[in-house]
Formats: sequence, C-alpha cells, structure tokens
Amino acid sequence: MEVEDILKIGDVEINNRLFVGTGKYSGNRMMQDVLVAADADVTTVALRRVDSSAPVESILDYIPPKCRVMVNTSGARNADEAIRIARLAKASGAGNWIKVEVVADSKYLLPDNLETLKATETLVKEGFVVFPYMSPDLSVARRLADCGAAAVMPLGSPIGSNRGLRTKELVEILIHEIKAPIIVDAGLGKPSDACICMEMGCAAVLVNTAIAVSGNPVEIARAFRMAVQAGRRAYLSGLPEESIRASASSPLTGFLRDDHKSA
Amino acid sequence: MNIRINGENVVLSQGTINLQELVTGKGLVPERVVMEVNLEIIPREKWATVYVREHDQIEIISFVGGG
Repeated sequence: MEVEDILKIGDVEINNRLFVGTGKYSGNRMMQDVLVAADADVTTVALRRVDSSAPVESILDYIPPKCRVMVNTSGARNADEAIRIARLAKASGAGNWIKVEVVADSKYLLPDNLETLKATETLVKEGFVVFPYMSPDLSVARRLADCGAAAVMPLGSPIGSNRGLRTKELVEILIHEIKAPIIVDAGLGKPSDACICMEMGCAAVLVNTAIAVSGNPVEIARAFRMAVQAGRRAYLSGLPEESIRASASSPLTGFLRDDHKSA
Repeated sequence: MNIRINGENVVLSQGTINLQELVTGKGLVPERVVMEVNLEIIPREKWATVYVREHDQIEIISFVGGG
C-alpha cells in the first residue's frame, strides 16, 4: 500500500515534492511535456515586460491545470522591487503564492538575505503565501519562519550551476532547527542531488536548469521525479546510522571450518 | 500624445484611448497581462474606464519562463 505522504502548504495539499521551473526550455511545448512527465504539482514563472515583437501566446496556457503556479520575483534587486513584482503577480490573477527572490549579485546570483527577509515580512502581512529563496543561514531562516514564510528555500549551489548540494551541512541544520518546510532551490544538477536532499528530510526540491538543459528534458524529468520519491521514501523509512567499523550481514556462527572460536 | 510604455517613448496618434484599447490594440490577451500606470497597478476591470494621459509611464507585464 502506498504511504500517504502529503506536503501541506496552508490548505493546499501537494503530492509531488518535485517542484519544476519553467525557464530555459526550447519552447513552451517542451516545457509542458516536462511538467507532465514530472507530474508536477507546483511550478514557477517570472514576470517581465511584454515583448511586442514576440508571439502573443502566454506560457500560462501551457501549464497543466493541476499545476499550481508560484510566481517568482526574479529580477528584483531589493525588497521594494520584490514587493512590487509580487503585487503585480497577484493583480494578474496568478494567485498569492510567491517565491521571493532578491538578487543583487550578477556573478553568482546569490540572494540578499536581508532584503529577502524584509520583502517576506511585508508580503506575509499582505496575505501572500511566501516562499523565500535564501542563502542557508540559520538566523535568517528562523526569522523567515517566524514572520510566517510558508517554507524556506535554501540554495544548493548557485542558480543554474548544476553543482549539486554544496550547502549540505548548512541545509541539514535548517532541517533540524526550522519547523517550516525546507525546500532546496537552485543548483541541483542530477537526480541523485535531489535524492540526497529528500533523504536528509527536505520537504521538497525545486529543479529547473538541470532538466531544461539536459540532453532529454522529458526523460530526466521522470528521473528526477523517481529520485525525489526514492529519497523521500528512504527518509520516511528512517535511514540507518553510519559507523566506522564493519558489521557482518551474515551470521558469525556455523562457519565451514573447525576453528570457529570467535575473533 | 507622448507616453512611455515599458521604458520606451511612444507617440500615440489617438486623441483618447483607454487601457483596454491600448492592450488589445497591441494584440495582447488582457487576461494574460498586468498593467501599471505611473507605478500604480490598475486592476483589469478598470482598464476600460482609465484613459491614457500625456506623459503617463505605462508598464505592460506578462509571464515568462523562470526557475
């Protein structure tokens, strides 16, 4: 029997703990195929000025109906800009789920935790369900959770770098200390990276680049989904403890030799 | 009428035009865009009654892919 394992964000029940981004695909159709293959319950999109020369079709029309859209504030360089983008997202009718992403550094795209906190405080008060993307810092994570963030989203490594969970030690601390769900966002490059996050006890992961720029986005989306499921199931099973010494898996009696004194 | 749309100077030949007409005139689907006039978000239901004025700074925003 399947173990019922649902991530609850407010009143919303999420079955699939693999969140999938919508950037960098060869086209909207490919993006749609990936969301379907991943069976994604949650995705994210960005807001930009309308490009008058581009086709009129909207990316929203390609997102499967079951997939909840969390608009991100990418492009925001400070709290005020993030708040502005969040309000625009709400006015658009895209709902009140917002991924706060405040980046002031163009080389590493690392988040500005202080501005992220400011934006989160304001947006929670305005009724948004806020998912702040952050550098894994315990104090900031605590403050984010205390002010009502729906989850805390530490980065695994820089956005789009595919370098995996380089922040493992710090994310582990967040998992132990923060009551809000911890969702690793950014940098996961392989299904095994996602699996490690889930084995550790992350509530979910968000993957975009690793899927979008792979040789076969649809296939790797499936692989990520399986990896997230495997990792989650392992976590729920209770992982065994590690030890330095060996511990035989077969009985240490009844050997086919005469001198069976124990060592 | 001289206005700015998405950071670019635009000269409108029409004497009067509301936001609804501005958006549909660009071939955009109203349900898929958001508008800000002079940094104030204008709810979609008001577009037909809000008229563009000289020197307005208008932002027309839509969704794009992102992670």
